[in-house]
Amino acid sequence: MSVTRRAAVAATLGLALAMSAGAQAADSIKIAFIDPLSGPFATTGESGLRSFEFAADVLVNHKGGVLGGRMFEIVPLDNKISPKESLIQLKRAISDGIQYIVQGNSSGVANALTDAVEKHNKRNPDQRMLFLNYSAVDPALTNEKCNFWHFRFDANADIKMDALTDAIAEDQGIKKVYIIGQDYSFGKAVAAAAVDMLAEKRPDIEIVGNELHPIGKVKDFTPYATKIKSSGAQAVITGNWGADMVGLGKAIIEAGVDAPIYTYYGAHDGITATFGELGEGIIRSIREGTLNPPTPEFKALNDAFKAKYPDNDINQPRIFNTIAMLAMAIEKAGTTDPVKVAYALEGMEYDTIMGGKVWMRPSDHQAIQDVHISVHTNKDIVVDADNSGYGLKDEKTVTMAGKDSPTSCEMTRPDA
Amino acid sequence: MSASETTTARVVAPDTEPAWKRVADDQMRRGAFTRTLPMWVGAFALLMVMPLLFPSAVGVTIMNQMGISIVFALSYNMLLGQGGMLSFGHAVYFGLGGFLSVHVMNYVEYDGWWLPLPLLPFLGGLFGLAFAIPIAGFSTRRAGTVFAMISLGVGELVAACSIIFVAFFGGEEGVSGDRTMGPPVFGSEFLSEVEVYYLTAVIVLISALFMYLFSRTPAGRMANAVRDNEERAEFVGYSQRYVRFVSFCAAGFFAGVAGGLFAINYEILTEENLNLVTSGWVLLMAFIGGVGFFIGPIVGAILLTLLQTVLSNHTELWQLYVGILFVLTVMYAPRGLTGLVMMHGPALRAGRLGMLAVPYAIAVVPLLALLAGTALLLEMGHTANQSVVGESEAHVFGLTLDVTTALPWVVAAVLAVGGGYGLYRIAQYLRDAFAQATGPAGGHQ
Amino acid sequence: MTELVIFSLLNGLVTGLLLFMLSSGLTLIFSMMGVLNFAHASFYMLGAYFAYTISSYIGFWPGLIVAPLLVGLAGALVERYGLRHVHRHGHVAELIFTFGLAFLIEEIVQFFWGRATKDYSEPELLHFPLFTLYGQNFPAYKAFMILISIGIFIGLFTVLSRSRIGLIIQAAITHPHTVSNLGHNVPLVFMGVFGVGSALAGLAGVIAGPALGTFPGMAFVLGSIVFVVIVVGGLGSLPGAFVASLLIGWLQTFAIALDWSVNDLLDILGVSFDADHVLRDLWTLSLPQVAPILPYILLILILIFRPTGLMGKRET
Repeated sequence: MSVTRRAAVAATLGLALAMSAGAQAADSIKIAFIDPLSGPFATTGESGLRSFEFAADVLVNHKGGVLGGRMFEIVPLDNKISPKESLIQLKRAISDGIQYIVQGNSSGVANALTDAVEKHNKRNPDQRMLFLNYSAVDPALTNEKCNFWHFRFDANADIKMDALTDAIAEDQGIKKVYIIGQDYSFGKAVAAAAVDMLAEKRPDIEIVGNELHPIGKVKDFTPYATKIKSSGAQAVITGNWGADMVGLGKAIIEAGVDAPIYTYYGAHDGITATFGELGEGIIRSIREGTLNPPTPEFKALNDAFKAKYPDNDINQPRIFNTIAMLAMAIEKAGTTDPVKVAYALEGMEYDTIMGGKVWMRPSDHQAIQDVHISVHTNKDIVVDADNSGYGLKDEKTVTMAGKDSPTSCEMTRPDA
Repeated sequence: MSASETTTARVVAPDTEPAWKRVADDQMRRGAFTRTLPMWVGAFALLMVMPLLFPSAVGVTIMNQMGISIVFALSYNMLLGQGGMLSFGHAVYFGLGGFLSVHVMNYVEYDGWWLPLPLLPFLGGLFGLAFAIPIAGFSTRRAGTVFAMISLGVGELVAACSIIFVAFFGGEEGVSGDRTMGPPVFGSEFLSEVEVYYLTAVIVLISALFMYLFSRTPAGRMANAVRDNEERAEFVGYSQRYVRFVSFCAAGFFAGVAGGLFAINYEILTEENLNLVTSGWVLLMAFIGGVGFFIGPIVGAILLTLLQTVLSNHTELWQLYVGILFVLTVMYAPRGLTGLVMMHGPALRAGRLGMLAVPYAIAVVPLLALLAGTALLLEMGHTANQSVVGESEAHVFGLTLDVTTALPWVVAAVLAVGGGYGLYRIAQYLRDAFAQATGPAGGHQ
Repeated sequence: MTELVIFSLLNGLVTGLLLFMLSSGLTLIFSMMGVLNFAHASFYMLGAYFAYTISSYIGFWPGLIVAPLLVGLAGALVERYGLRHVHRHGHVAELIFTFGLAFLIEEIVQFFWGRATKDYSEPELLHFPLFTLYGQNFPAYKAFMILISIGIFIGLFTVLSRSRIGLIIQAAITHPHTVSNLGHNVPLVFMGVFGVGSALAGLAGVIAGPALGTFPGMAFVLGSIVFVVIVVGGLGSLPGAFVASLLIGWLQTFAIALDWSVNDLLDILGVSFDADHVLRDLWTLSLPQVAPILPYILLILILIFRPTGLMGKRET
């Protein structure tokens, strides 16, 4: 925590003393981390921040930095998960001469940021910046809303759904599927993709329920569980996260529904611990980066991380990919100039620590990588979550998922 | 005591209010536009030079945010301060005005509408007004608790609708636009933050001026009368309901103007702009600043914007501090921070303000000790409670404190307890000194 | 369909009775003091957190007793040193105070317990399905929640109608000055009622925490619904609060269970619209989607058309 605060104080001091900030910028490369660090979503934000700081230290700074000794410095800026506050923090980053921002929590914030960054770069060609999105998965960001300055390091919701529906399609026992999600753009995108893809892959599967519930407002999920149970569903798909994920999962299992629950965000940040033995073999997560069984490099990385932050997990491997690929791109470009770095990132291939490759697809700036379906269990778990003994074990892997997936992105590229 | 009293909305009951408040109010009432003209000119001059003092992008952005908050909080004060209507859903009109403005921006960009940007906020205001009229129709029948409950219900409803009706509200990602697509105004296309600042400043000033003039109109004054005593106000021949209706509509209009300013500044409107959190936040701004004074909400808007944008970068506990500040204000300074300053008016006019210098200088010492000690305790407690294992350093006031050692805790506790005890001990002395300075001439000399 | 109806009835009953535990305390407080306590649900949250901490040391059952007592004490202190101070500024000031208090308590809870959901769970003893109907489980813990709530209702009713203190409270509701003149210490009664009301909310938190989750936002999701309950039921009416609690409990549960949508209605009427119509979101609106906002629609309608509430005698 104190690291957060120290850096935050440093950031603000640097702002007040523009001179010294200018001097600092010469030796370190600042990366603004714009995510919630106070309020209800702060736990997720802090967890991401720790991973970024750790990744910057281990992957860049301890190896002597980039461009002959320039270090990465993560500047945490609290956006309270509000688009408005994010834009204020973006201005703060601009004032500080920061050229790279990273953000991940909430597609709403990501939409606001990508729009603002594009406008800023258009209006201030001498002071451009890049937006590295490490977690917001709304497909629109690399389709109709794409732009040259935005790069996404997580697999988007459609790519994940493609892998997920593949898994369901393979299981001939599943004839009835229930889709439930939060009533907002992401929940709707998940539902629409699930319906389309299942209809294509397994027309015999009946969608016995397609439901949206208000986001963050449901006190008790039992009525939904009752409905799911009485529908006779043999699999449940949900894009829920946070308290809505825990509440829904618990209610479904307690109602006696004995069907796999396929989730996007059904693990880590307290969720795994809360499910415990209740969710054994039932909760499945669709994600990038193999946690179990881990590669030796990842095991070592995780041990070092746990030694420093015993209460946190490396639950977003893409954060490490983001930092590593940014460092490679800066080295390749030989400069921190955002335009040149962006061109260097396009088409870049990177062998990840967790195993598998990441390829930054040039056409839409969507990272293409392996996507895994993993199950919540306490068997064969080396890297557990929430120190609970339970963790995620890969069941199925789709190599370079969505490599040929279509995109509607038409970005305008600046002169290099 | 009885429930019938709930109908009389009294932020401050007129019969129990101290003399200094009456004097301050009279002072305000006597002042028409001409009397306050120097202040408006001064405010204009100050607004014009501010960007020269704080030229950084973030500085200008924060000042723009303050401007938006000022208009929004002033409009809220038309309800609570002037009309005695406690609203938990004022963000509805702010948000709707903003959403409409963004849509209009898009019509300008894609459908070739002709609209100079400076007029946009007023369009937002009209939309806020249009929505406020039907709501005012049924919600202003009563003030007090009933009004508060209806405003809460309407606020929840509209916030929920904003997620359901994607066509207008854009769902979770909201609606974004581009302000630079309209015809240039005085050669400006509003590409830079500073241009937007000047636009915002001018509109803030115009809105504040009109809201001030509204509070001077017979309708505005009657709103005060209705707030203080509904029955007596009726005897004068005004329908309390009509007066509240007019105040509510005007408040809706200016909230919409603030929403339009938001649209220009951020070029995006999302669900958060009309939800209950924003509604609660504007109540905090107006109340902490002081709802009894025209300038109160301005003070509150500036202070809370600073807390939100600057303090939040220094401590994760900033909302706890805001909460403490708010509860203390409600309990001990119901007329807000402005009220604390204004209560010195009589002493100033009597030329006895100097008498308070020594007592206040004495009081500052334990007060600072109390504040510093409390902040230290809270920050260290936060670190000890939630920090990473192995990291035990709290950073407060530029100090680095190890929370596993006893010394910082002892020092903080001594500061807090000592300061608190000191204040308690000199409280009576302060009260006496204050009474002497503000009391009738010749008394207690 | 039958199982859906049966389980919806049961689930609605659990929600409704829980709402009643909250609204009964709030109604008592409002009847006596004219204060709409915005922070009432915050005491509910405190109950859950206190019980969580106690249960992690000495188990669930002691927490069931101790936590509500602690919350009641906290409530009494808030009344004595906070609310009473603000009282002279009128009811709007009191409402603002409790609003600030709700904000503050949420921050305080985060300060002490952090932001993550707490692993506060029901006791092992009640961790089994009470019965299974059509393959669907009904947890024993839910039955326990129903029992406790009904017990509270009977207890409260008995105390108010049979005991001496109940008579004084009833009298103080309608004629506070007369009661005061008769020599009863009305401020003390106020403090006691506020404390008991808070303790009831605390108890609701203790038993709801394991079922609905213990997290800093738990007061916020419930807070305004409790307001709706007491306004709909009629301010100051305990039977009204009871009826309204169950009504809203079932309203929300059945709204989720029934998949009716505007589209169905349009089909019946034989009307159809383009999929990209401006009002497309309205046509596709379904009952489960609007379930959480139904109480607020009810609130507004009641306030407009029947300001006394369902069973209240006086206007709000």
